Amino acid sequence: MNELLSIVLTIITAATPLLLASIGELVVERSGVLNLGVEGMMAVGAVCGFGAALMTGSPLVGVLAAIAAGVILSMLFGFLTLTMVSNQVATGLALTLLGLGLAGMIGEGFVGQPGVKLEKISIPGLTGIPFIGPVLFGQDLLVYVSLIIVAATSYVLFRTKTGLIIRAVGDSHQSAHALGYSVIGVRYLCVMFGGACSGLAGGYLSLVYTPQWVENMTAGRGWIALALVVFASWLPWRLAIGAYLFGTITILGFSLQAVGIGIPSQLLSSLPYVVTILALVVISGNRALTRANTPACLGQPFVPDR
Amino acid sequence: MRLVLEKRGERSHRMALLSPLIAIALTLITGGIIFALKGLNPFAALYVYFVEPLTTSWSIEQLFIKATPLALIGAGLGVSYLANVWNIGAEGQLTAGAILGSAIPVFFPEMQTLLTLLLMLGLGVIGGMVFAAIPAFLKNRFSANEILTSLMLVYVVQLILDWLVRGPWRDPKGYNFPKTISFSGWQTLPSFEVLPPSMGPLYVNLGAVLAVLVVVALAFMMGRTLKGFELRVQGVAPRAGRFAGFSREKTVWFCFLLSGGLAGLAGICEVMSTVGQLQPGISPGYGFTAIIVAFLGRLNPVGALVAAFALAISYLGGESAQVALGISDKTARVFQGILLFYILACDSLILYRLRITGLGGKVAEGRA
Repeated sequence: MNELLSIVLTIITAATPLLLASIGELVVERSGVLNLGVEGMMAVGAVCGFGAALMTGSPLVGVLAAIAAGVILSMLFGFLTLTMVSNQVATGLALTLLGLGLAGMIGEGFVGQPGVKLEKISIPGLTGIPFIGPVLFGQDLLVYVSLIIVAATSYVLFRTKTGLIIRAVGDSHQSAHALGYSVIGVRYLCVMFGGACSGLAGGYLSLVYTPQWVENMTAGRGWIALALVVFASWLPWRLAIGAYLFGTITILGFSLQAVGIGIPSQLLSSLPYVVTILALVVISGNRALTRANTPACLGQPFVPDR
Repeated sequence: MRLVLEKRGERSHRMALLSPLIAIALTLITGGIIFALKGLNPFAALYVYFVEPLTTSWSIEQLFIKATPLALIGAGLGVSYLANVWNIGAEGQLTAGAILGSAIPVFFPEMQTLLTLLLMLGLGVIGGMVFAAIPAFLKNRFSANEILTSLMLVYVVQLILDWLVRGPWRDPKGYNFPKTISFSGWQTLPSFEVLPPSMGPLYVNLGAVLAVLVVVALAFMMGRTLKGFELRVQGVAPRAGRFAGFSREKTVWFCFLLSGGLAGLAGICEVMSTVGQLQPGISPGYGFTAIIVAFLGRLNPVGALVAAFALAISYLGGESAQVALGISDKTARVFQGILLFYILACDSLILYRLRITGLGGKVAEGRA
């Protein structure tokens, strides 16, 4: 029972950064923008969150710094792709390369320093319940935040006028523009939301998952998050399921390593990446599923006529 | 007041030539500001970074060594990107080529003939192609996004490399270091004297020669053959390409095999020269930097060759700045990222004109 509990708890911590990063990207892509810079924004979010928490001693300041870092980088991306109409794929790659470089440079002094951990919450009476207590009522704040964001995103996207506008911009920017909506403005806000979520996801890594700074600690999670959005066919709740499925697979790999069956550890470490590829293949192969939800203007530049 | 882009009547040829130069100038200015913020004399720092690598024959040799893989990979990626095929897993294909090519010295350490060299290079190319074939196949068969699959494979193949050099391929006499036996003789690339000792001396290895040959061949293909035309059409006007009967599937295969094979060649050349054995970390991210090379080189093979030298300088400058100024060599990667940003921004000015309008600049909106 105790072993099962610890496995469930680690699955949640492994899934949360993926969920945070991918829910942000989901909104960005729903508005028709493909931001491949998630990995870079996560890396900078992680290092800024770590640094801010270290300097102030407050993990919450760290969380805010991580969000701010993500937003700033995403605005850079927004300026290039939306105002300057640059190629979104190339700009996203540039953001990842720049972000990883920046994170390495900023984080040089942080290597080996003990970090500040965002503690788990504890509700008297509830957290004490065996098994259910620690799982439902004993997580860190960001786990709840991630689920609230998913619920809110799902509600806003599909139940409100705001969501309708976002989806209209993503599905047919010409029509949305003709109706008088500011395509570029909506996209800027969505890109910034995505940046905030990616930064937060990075902060989660350096403040909760492993409270320290190691270069390349994002380890491709930003890319996995991008794949998750496709896997979830741009639907928020499916995204949550996907992220937790992924967390489970990653942790199973680690657990198998710990048990020490005769499989090389590298093979188990490669599991998340291989599974990502398989997931993409399975979902993308199913045309009916993807075609219905793929934003029609995804990755297409928009220049308003004037 | 706001920035507004206005479509030009036609492509600006002047901007197409100027854009990389403006981007480099802006990167240098930004770099100077970063150095100044760190409390360094920006001019002295920029000198160490970008000029010093050109001053000694030793460092010029290093420049060739660093530019070789960048040119090989960047030229292939440029062709790919031009045709709208997004292979961003060149780093993995480089590693795969290095692994497969190294099988020869690992399994036949005694084999020392010209055949050894040729087999290693050949297997390097094949290794890169095999790993590039996976995303190509998945793209064509299942329409799986090639950006994500090719990138995921980078992590996978790096873990395979790690397993090999710590496990079955480890040098038994290597004091438990994670590496294979050291390569020697025909297992390494021969060097040629380009300049006599009185003027240098300057040696370049076979890899640099191959890179130049590849660039010339690709430039010919893109400029003078139907294949090159087909690739360009698919990039600029995919619909027109379909009507012309060009097969998208074949293009995906072609681009991945070409860019993957070249990345594999770059990988095996690295382990056969600079590195001298198979070990983890055979490349300082050449496969990713080559993406910047491709764009700085205007997705043109000859351009990639020139751009490879520009990026090679930033690698070398990073190393010398670490020694001379005590700043991290990681700043090199920041510069590379900033450079790509500026290139992409400047490239917009080829098709668009930048206008700064007042608040009253919104006229006749909704005319779409």
